[in-house]
Amino acid sequence: MNKDQRSAGFWLLAAFFAAFVFFLYGPMLVIVVLSFQGPEGGLTFPLRGFSLHWFGKLAEGLGVVDIGAALKRSLALGAAVMALTVLFSVLAGLAFRKKLAGGNTLFYVVVASLIMPSIIVSLGIGLEFRLIDSGLKWLLEALGMTSTLEEYGSSLGLFTSALGAHLTWTLPFGLLIMFAVFNRFNPAYEEAARDLGATPWQGFRHVVLPLIAPSIVGIGMFGFTLSWDEIARTSQAIGDVNTLPLELQGLTTTVTTPSIYALGTVTTVISLLVMALAIGLAWWLKQRQNKG
Amino acid sequence: MSTSPTTLPASTQAPGRSIAAWWQAMPLSLVFVLFFLIPLALIGMVSFWDFNEYELLPDFTFKNYVSVFDGCSNMDEMCVTFKTYLSTFKFSFLVWLITLVIGFTVSYFLAFYVRSSGVQTLLFVLCTIPFWTSNVIRMISWVPLLGRNGLVNQSLQGIGLINTPIEWLLFSDFSVVLAFVHLYTMFMIVPIFNSMMRIDRSLIEAANDSGASAWQTLWNVIVPLSRTGIIIGSIFVITIVMGDFVTIGVMGGQQIASIGKIIQVQTSYLQFPLAAANAVILLSIVLMIIWALTRLVDIRKEL
Repeated sequence: MNKDQRSAGFWLLAAFFAAFVFFLYGPMLVIVVLSFQGPEGGLTFPLRGFSLHWFGKLAEGLGVVDIGAALKRSLALGAAVMALTVLFSVLAGLAFRKKLAGGNTLFYVVVASLIMPSIIVSLGIGLEFRLIDSGLKWLLEALGMTSTLEEYGSSLGLFTSALGAHLTWTLPFGLLIMFAVFNRFNPAYEEAARDLGATPWQGFRHVVLPLIAPSIVGIGMFGFTLSWDEIARTSQAIGDVNTLPLELQGLTTTVTTPSIYALGTVTTVISLLVMALAIGLAWWLKQRQNKG
Repeated sequence: MSTSPTTLPASTQAPGRSIAAWWQAMPLSLVFVLFFLIPLALIGMVSFWDFNEYELLPDFTFKNYVSVFDGCSNMDEMCVTFKTYLSTFKFSFLVWLITLVIGFTVSYFLAFYVRSSGVQTLLFVLCTIPFWTSNVIRMISWVPLLGRNGLVNQSLQGIGLINTPIEWLLFSDFSVVLAFVHLYTMFMIVPIFNSMMRIDRSLIEAANDSGASAWQTLWNVIVPLSRTGIIIGSIFVITIVMGDFVTIGVMGGQQIASIGKIIQVQTSYLQFPLAAANAVILLSIVLMIIWALTRLVDIRKEL
């Protein structure tokens, strides 16, 4: 606003901003620092030595919890959520560019899912799959298929109810990004392709897709990291096994060694790695686009 | 992140291809029907069901709703449900107020005081990065700071301000609010910053030229024009806090009640109809708050 000189207001606001950033990052840095303590280290300062001891303890497992298995489950679910979020968001984004009867209703449902308290969504999905279970069991009994009935566990699971629960959280973000992308999208390129005789598929594959590729990478990143850290929507909808954040939530009350900080450092590093990869990939796609 | 239907991308292709469009929108629509609309309907249905220790019993009874408000006609002492809602409202209000003030100030600084757009983007991204890491990690990162032997207590004792450690720093209302602000101010910053970036800069210049002070410009130009962002951010923060059970659980040392926590506990005892009745009530209250928020704006716009 003040073009000539930084005003007192600027410095006041800058100080506020700096304090806010410090507030955001400070505690997390503390966790990272404390996770590198020596074997004598406790949950608080002062630091006692410097080692990778607590990461080793983490690899051995924390109490009864199999961290490795939970990590694999979270990675697998995150990858599936990422792929489906990208696919469904792009398809729906394309649909919204055309005349879509009922498009507004669909849009409101998606936004409603974004602001719905997660515990309600989670409870609903849990209920739905439990009712499916009872229905199936009743059906199997009615058909007299007792051996199948005995083997049947539950339809609640990582790639059924939990996957669905995660998608209700990641897809709104994906769709809103697609809207932002197509709002700035110049359809002239597509028209040119059509005029040159390209089929709709060719037009999409060779014209639209390269142009929106960096944003698609962004949607993938949203999909993975939102799923990777999700608790509230998964809590009632996952069944017998747990994802890493759910295990972590349980561990906060039982684990009293810095290995829980080590776990925090590991999950944070994975989140940041995925982000860095995505940003790097998006940047690379953009560079390639500019050259071509 | 815009939620106004007017920002739906314009139809850029030939009209009359609704059927092809619906095939494309189908996977996404199916997800929301299967994992959002049907589950919500089931919650409504099951909230009228009966149950025993083993299974849900299809029925049409108001028993669950009655038991939610059990003892609430007693005027001398507030019933558990009212107490819980009161405490949840308190958290929602406090967190909303604090995140609004911080979020608005940060966005205002980024949008109007940072001159280069490169620096602007950089600082904005800096604020959003912590959002991508685990909420539980960000919660427990307060433990070494606020605990009985934490950094804050150690420092205060070190400089001789206090003799005994302050106990209310952790596992208290204070730590719950602090964690909420730490976790969710981002949800305020993004929509408010987005609204502010859309404000036509010539309006600010016009205000300047007409002799408005910085405060007058802020209050009479920027705040009204950031209204959409403020409302969207408020809806996010309030709905999150109203339904939360994780933050209140971890940061409250599992001692503070919330509606989300009640629902979670009831499902762990397989009392689904009770949990469903609680969810229906929570949902109605959240919807009323959202409705009031959007009303509030329209009324002020008309004045």
